[in-house]
Amino acid sequence: MSYQGKFRVWRGDDSGGALEDFTVEVNEGEVVLDIIHRLQATQAPDLAVRWNCKAGKCGSCSAEINGRPGLLCMTRMSIFEESETITVTPMRTFPIIRDLVTDVSYNYTKAREIPSFAPPKDLAPGEYRMQQVDVERSQEFRKCIECFLCQNTCHVIRDHEENKEAFSGPRFLMRVAELEMHPLDTADRVDQAQDDHGLGYCNITKCCSEVCPEHIHITDNALIPMKERVADRKYDPIVWLGNKLFKRS
Amino acid sequence: MARAEIAARTLRTDRWWLPPLTTFVGLLLISIYAAFRTFQGDYYWVDQYHYLTPMYSPCLTEECIPAASHFGQWFPALPGFLTPPLLIIPFLLGFRITCYYYRKAYYRAAWASPPACAVAEPHDKYTGETRFPLIAQNLHRYFFYAASLLLLINIYDAVLAFGTGLGLGNIILLVNVSLLAAYTLSCHSCRHIAGGRLKHFSKHPVRYWAWTQISKLNNRHMQLAWASLIFVCLTDLYVALVASGTISDLRFID
Ligand code: SF4
Ligand code: SF4
Ligand code: FES
Ligand code: FES
Repeated sequence: MSYQGKFRVWRGDDSGGALEDFTVEVNEGEVVLDIIHRLQATQAPDLAVRWNCKAGKCGSCSAEINGRPGLLCMTRMSIFEESETITVTPMRTFPIIRDLVTDVSYNYTKAREIPSFAPPKDLAPGEYRMQQVDVERSQEFRKCIECFLCQNTCHVIRDHEENKEAFSGPRFLMRVAELEMHPLDTADRVDQAQDDHGLGYCNITKCCSEVCPEHIHITDNALIPMKERVADRKYDPIVWLGNKLFKRS
Repeated sequence: MARAEIAARTLRTDRWWLPPLTTFVGLLLISIYAAFRTFQGDYYWVDQYHYLTPMYSPCLTEECIPAASHFGQWFPALPGFLTPPLLIIPFLLGFRITCYYYRKAYYRAAWASPPACAVAEPHDKYTGETRFPLIAQNLHRYFFYAASLLLLINIYDAVLAFGTGLGLGNIILLVNVSLLAAYTLSCHSCRHIAGGRLKHFSKHPVRYWAWTQISKLNNRHMQLAWASLIFVCLTDLYVALVASGTISDLRFID
């Protein structure tokens, strides 16, 4: 069961580009990445696309398919009508290198800005002991494959390039939450989240959670809990008073 | 380096505008109904069966029907077109407006920020919740406390109504407070206060258990937000219809 599918693929680089039309064979059971590979093999040998695992685990093949951010290797052709023209474009939020490949270094810059895991000073490596219930929340966030689809879709930077400076994006606010919820981390992550990583820019409209291929509840389990912690710290006089009276930290 | 040159605001081909439109129309209709009932100032109490609409509870001013003021009349009658619910609506509205779910709903549906995922928003500048007025969304937990108090009052009203027998109105009031309770308990601030703010769940087994249960409800927060909102209106409508004599209450036990 194969058919000739219609595709429009963005081709170009940072000096300009456009959508180009192609007709490519589609076979049963294929994903969009298969089509891109066939296109490369048969009609456009210089088409640039980044990929590695073809199993939804390396996070390399992020792009936009019919305008929806997703992994090329996890988007099945069977969800489309045979008559449909399928548009494949690079992620919008990051600078273009060529065709479907973008420069995602913004994300690595933001990753480096987060102070690393800070265990108690008197605890040597190898002596870490923790209970499963205490690490469970952080473990959900460790499922991240760093595809940066959430970063790409978040309107804070997608629609406002100028916010990139102040806002680290859902993936890295989630990293801050992961450390904040880690039972052995001693660093202060709450002020960091708000002041250094721009948590206040997030308006919890949940597009990050909507596109995450790992189905991580980024907004519900990382961003909102961080906002609540910030509220504890900065906007809750009752908690503030409790902390003063009972010398809690 | 520049972004890929793509002029279209979005390349999405699905009906991405449908969910925000539905949300907008839904919220608009409910607001119109609630405003109408608030300013109507009548048909909120069924004396025969002691049904009080949640929209007028507690009824704290001197123009309230005395039997409907379960907690006394603390304030003089309000002047002009002002009605008793105006004293409690700021809290109820504040609770819903600062709710994390409703924020998502109206930021998308009413402010198009963004209208849908991967659809460009029409605004030139964006600062999110970093500054006034939206920074005030951080006050959500206070509205949560206030709304919890009002919920207890609604539960009291619903229980009190059983004193006159059993009718359809009793069932409706009961379902209404159950939905309101589920919505309130599933609140993100509630989840945080119950246990979310802890670093070591293992040291607080009871709060961990509470957090686990609330997290399950919290998964359904959106559904509960809509169900409770719509049902409050239906409850109010039922009370209004019975109170005005338009329909009579279906009685099971008298
Ligand atoms: S929920 Fe916040 S971080 Fe996630 S996409 Fe929306 S604005 Fe960005
Ligand atoms: S959180 Fe999800 S969407 Fe974001 S980078 Fe990780 S896997 Fe990708
Ligand atoms: S190629 Fe690895 S996630 Fe698609
Ligand atoms: S988050 Fe919705 S009521 Fe608190």
